This record gives sequence, structure tokens and C-alpha cells, in this order.
Amino acid sequence: MEDFHIASIVVSMIRNAPVLMFAAMAGLFAERSGVVDIGLEGKILASAFVSASVAYVTQNPWLGILAGVGVSSALAMVQAFVSITQKGNQLVCGIAINIAMSGLTFVLAQFFFHEGGRTPDLREARLFDVTLPGTELLSNIPFIGWLYGHVIGGQSVLVYLAFLLVPVVHWTIYHSRFGLRLRACGENPHAADAAGVSVERTRYLAMLVAGVLCSFSGAYLAIVQSGFFLRDMSAGAGYLALSTLVFGNWRPLHTVLGCLMFGLFGAIQIQLEGVELPVVGSIPGSLVQMIPYVVTVIVLAGLMAKSVAPKAIGKPFVKSR
Amino acid sequence: MKKTELPRWATGFALPILNLLSALLVAGLVIHLLGESPSESLHILIDSAILDPEGLGYTLFYASTFIFAGLAVSIAMQAGLFNIGAEGQMYVGGLGLTLAVLAFDAHLPGWLMIPVAMIGAALFGALWSFLPGYLQAKRGSHVVVTTIMFNFIAASLMNYVILKMIPEGQQNPASRVFADSASLPLLNKIFPVFGDTPLNISFLLAIAALVVYGVIVWRSSWGYKLRATGLNTHAAHYAGVRIDRMIIVTMLASGALAGLGAVNSVMGSTHYLSLNFPAGAGFVGIAIALMGRQHPVGIFLSSVLFGALIQGGFDLSLEKPNIPQETFIFIQGLIILFCGAMENFYAPALLKLINLTRTSKEA
Repeated sequence: MEDFHIASIVVSMIRNAPVLMFAAMAGLFAERSGVVDIGLEGKILASAFVSASVAYVTQNPWLGILAGVGVSSALAMVQAFVSITQKGNQLVCGIAINIAMSGLTFVLAQFFFHEGGRTPDLREARLFDVTLPGTELLSNIPFIGWLYGHVIGGQSVLVYLAFLLVPVVHWTIYHSRFGLRLRACGENPHAADAAGVSVERTRYLAMLVAGVLCSFSGAYLAIVQSGFFLRDMSAGAGYLALSTLVFGNWRPLHTVLGCLMFGLFGAIQIQLEGVELPVVGSIPGSLVQMIPYVVTVIVLAGLMAKSVAPKAIGKPFVKSR
Repeated sequence: MKKTELPRWATGFALPILNLLSALLVAGLVIHLLGESPSESLHILIDSAILDPEGLGYTLFYASTFIFAGLAVSIAMQAGLFNIGAEGQMYVGGLGLTLAVLAFDAHLPGWLMIPVAMIGAALFGALWSFLPGYLQAKRGSHVVVTTIMFNFIAASLMNYVILKMIPEGQQNPASRVFADSASLPLLNKIFPVFGDTPLNISFLLAIAALVVYGVIVWRSSWGYKLRATGLNTHAAHYAGVRIDRMIIVTMLASGALAGLGAVNSVMGSTHYLSLNFPAGAGFVGIAIALMGRQHPVGIFLSSVLFGALIQGGFDLSLEKPNIPQETFIFIQGLIILFCGAMENFYAPALLKLINLTRTSKEA
């Protein structure tokens, strides 16, 4: 049991969560407006690759993040065009983007860097961790020093952005004009249309917001967490983010709790590897890996809580005559 | 007279071809940007995948797996269900097959072993699709999300199971090698043209499955109910179809077909269960079902096309290092996008064109 540190679990939970939080907030905007966003995974992957490459070439992580925003928004616009203007099948479109990006990012990484679909290490171009003032001073105080230096402080800017986004998203969805229209389009687009809201415009805007938010998830993966792009490095984060939406009932605060919970599972999985526990013995990592997915299925089955999706989700809006 | 709907030849033939060409055009553009010649690449592709008999053997070998995957996705689509879980169902189907073979391959002769193994594969595949089907039917949980989750659960589960299956003294994460009785008869015994390829009787089984699928869907009363459910659930319910049972049975059939897809690669080529053996075939099934419009002939042609892309792509990647095999994952995504999500992209233009030629003829 000595290797089992609560402290490092808490820290790695906070570092795992932003990947899911950005993607989940992105999905929240898209799905609350009535567009299913299965394509989160592909957008994460694309922005991870582009931001890692641009950050490496320019040796500037900020330019990397910016490029990631560009490519992820562009993909979101493709999705919006297909789902909103073309009234195509949104699920199929999302799957298509995921599969296409899984292939294309590898091909391009191989073409530009010749390292087996990996981008070179960013080293100095990685996003630095913020050291809050006074960390030195407090570092000797047992609990507070750790809390201030390693939990509240010592994180990258994107981690702070992820947590700051939560109240902002909550306010936007529930208290802004855009949020009200967004929810109206997701629940009853015909009513929104009758009230003079342009359903198409609102959904396009929501998809654009989703594209921007989702890009941070990929940039965080590549520029902060690993310092390079690796083939299929998102490893299902986009799908997990979707399931946190199911889990959180498409409400920002609850969804974030879901993200933190899945982040916690990820942290525990690394800690549990090869550790002998009392009673059960050693639990294989692959079984711990399963937990978030099994939990999602249980929630979906309505065994824990009833999760209600936005009513008009996945249905293209056809203006009535 | 102006037409408001496209004739059947247009929706069934012209649109899919136009969509496919658009996808290939984008792919050609990317290949051009990678500094290679698209026409030369196409030439190599056709040469190695179709014209060379051994290459054709491999193309058809890959196609056999894809036909089952395409059928699995198609039959679910007929009922309006989008089964993204064919990948996981095929993976778990491989487990069922392997368990059957490991238990009996020392005792049973081939003609008995192979059907038993196939039943194992279908059973486990169906088992893996049962819960998503049940949850959709009874609790309304969307089958798309549950099948995605089940793909991930299958991957983790199989990681665990296969590690337990490694024979002592071995390092490779795979089960033990099957006895000869569990290997499928190769077609090069009958058609020596194919040379040394793993093309086996599962190709014939796949053709048979296509025929059975066509007959059941369009010529049986169950198939009628199936299509009615897909076209209009409420109307089907009103006409007396038990929707919940329909959904569960369709998902079971879909999972069983996906499971059968494991037979070709595991018993026809590798002869042991290995980590991640479906290698995305379940997702290719989605592309095939959309491109072939869930019609047996369409599924067959799309499967052969994808088989050729895999086989030709392999040779192409050897000759052109800038076009790795992963390029075809990208092309697969493009095909799903153009043939699936934007299937009616060209419909308005085509309709206009048809109306235009009509009026000019009448005038």
C-alpha cells in the first residue's frame, strides 16, 4: 500500500480532467443547440497534431494553440455545413470526421517529420507551468504548501482556463441571450423559429464555439500533457467527453463533475498498476480502464439517474411553411 | 412534366458513384499535395489489387471480412439502428471462436470443428450486441452511444483475456496456435490462379450470407417488418410490429454477423487470436453499408473496393513512402462523409439536370 499516494492521485486527476472538460464543454454547446457531436474525437486529434507541429516549427506554444483553434473550428464548420445546411446524418458525419482525422494526422505527421507518425519533442516549446508567487514561502508548511504549490499553483495556463470556463459556460448557457436561444433551438426549434430566432445561425454559432473549445482539448494533450503528437493520442477522450454529457445530463456543472470523476479513474488506474490491494489482490489496469465506459452504460440505462438529452438533438431543422 | 423525385437509377447508381468520385477526388488532391502523382498511384493500386491474380486473391480475402462487417451494419440500418459496435462485436466474436477451437480442436475433425467455431463466433458477437439492443429497446438508451462504449469495453476486456491466454514460455500477446483441423480450406486448391493467398471458403460463405440477407430482408415477412420499423417506427408499431423485440432481434443478428467476420481472419490467416485483430474492419463496415446503400450487390461491390484499397494500398505504401497505409483510413473517412452524411449533396443538381433534358426533349 505504500505506493498508493492520495496526493499524487489528486494532482493527476486535476491534470487529466482538462482534456475531457474542454471537449465536454464543446459538446455541450453543440448538443444543446441540437447538433450531435460525435466528431469531438476527430477534432481533438486534428488540433493536437496541428498545435504540436506548429508549436515545434515556430518554437512557440501560443502559435500552436492558435493553429489548433483554426483547424478544429474549420472541422466544426464542415460538420455544421453537413448537419445544418445539408441536413445530413449528424452521427455519420461525426464518425466520418473521426476516422478521416485518425488517418490524415498520421499521414501528415509521417510526411513532415518521418518519426512513425509522431511529432518531435517540443522540449522548450511546451507550455510552462505557472508558479504562483509565494510558493517558496509556503512550501515548508505541510498540507498548505502542497495544496498551494502543486494543486492550486504549478499548473499550466490551460488548466486554469479549463476551470475558469466552467462558470463562464454555465452563465452563457443559462443567463445569456445566446444561451437561451441555443437551448430553445435544441429543445424546440420550431418554437424558436416562430419567435424569430434563426435556428440555422444559432446552430452554426454553437458549432463554432464547440470547434474553438474542442481545440484546447487537443492542444492541452499535445502541448501540455505529452509534449508531442502521437498517433491516435486522444484514445477515446472525445467519446468519454460525450459520455460525461450523458452523465451530467447536459448541464455544465454536473458534466464537469463527470469529467473530474473520469479523470480520477484515470489517475487511480496508473496508481493501481501492479499494486497488491488487501482482499482483492492486484487489479489489472485493463479492468480499471473499463470503469468509465461501464459507468456510462449504467447511467445510460437509467439505473443511477435519468439522463434526458435535448429534445431536438440529432434532428436537422426543416423550416415549416 | 417536372419531376420532384429522382428516378431509381439516379438514387441507386448515379448518386453513389458521384459521391464516391468526390471522395476519391479529395483523396487524389491530398496525394497530390503529398508530392505524389494521383494517376500513377491509382495505376499501382489497380495493378496490384485487381490485375495481379495473387493480389486479387488478397483483395477478395479482405473483402470476405468486410462483407460480414458491412452486412452487420446494414441489417441494423434496415431497422433504423446505427450500430457502431461492429468492431467490438467482431473482436468478442473472435474470442467465442477461439474458446470453441481451443476446447475442441484436438478432438473434432475439420468439417465439424469449423461450424462449431463459427457458432461460437456468432454467439459471442450476438452476446456483445445484446445489451445495447436491449437498452435501446427497453430503456431508450441510444444505441450509438452504448455501442461506442461497448467497443471500448471490448478492447479493455480482450486486453485482459488475451494476456491470460498466452501459452507458457511465449511473449507474443496471442493465444496458442490452432490445430490444423481448425484452419479453413483455401480456395487456391480449387483455383490455383490465386497462388499463395489466404483466400478461403469464408469468401463463399460471405457470398451466401449476402444472398440470405437479400432474401430475408426483401422476401420474408420478418424482413418486411424490419424495413417497416426502419422507415416509420410508429406506423410499424400501429401495424402490429413489436418494436422492442424487433430492435433486440435485429441487434442480435447484427452482432452475430459481425462476429462471423472474425472467422475469415482468425481461422483463415493467423490461426491464433491476437490483440486487436479486427484492425478497424468493423468501422470499414460502416463505410461499406453507407456506400452500398444496404443492398447486397452494393455491399459486395463496396467490400471488394475496400479490399482492393487495403491490398493495393499496402503495395503502394512500399513503393511510395509518402503514402502510408493510413492514407486509406483517411479515404475511408472521406467515403463515409460523402456517401453517408452528404449522400444527397448532388441530388438537387441532378434533379435539375434531369428536368432540363426532359423539357428540351418535349420542346
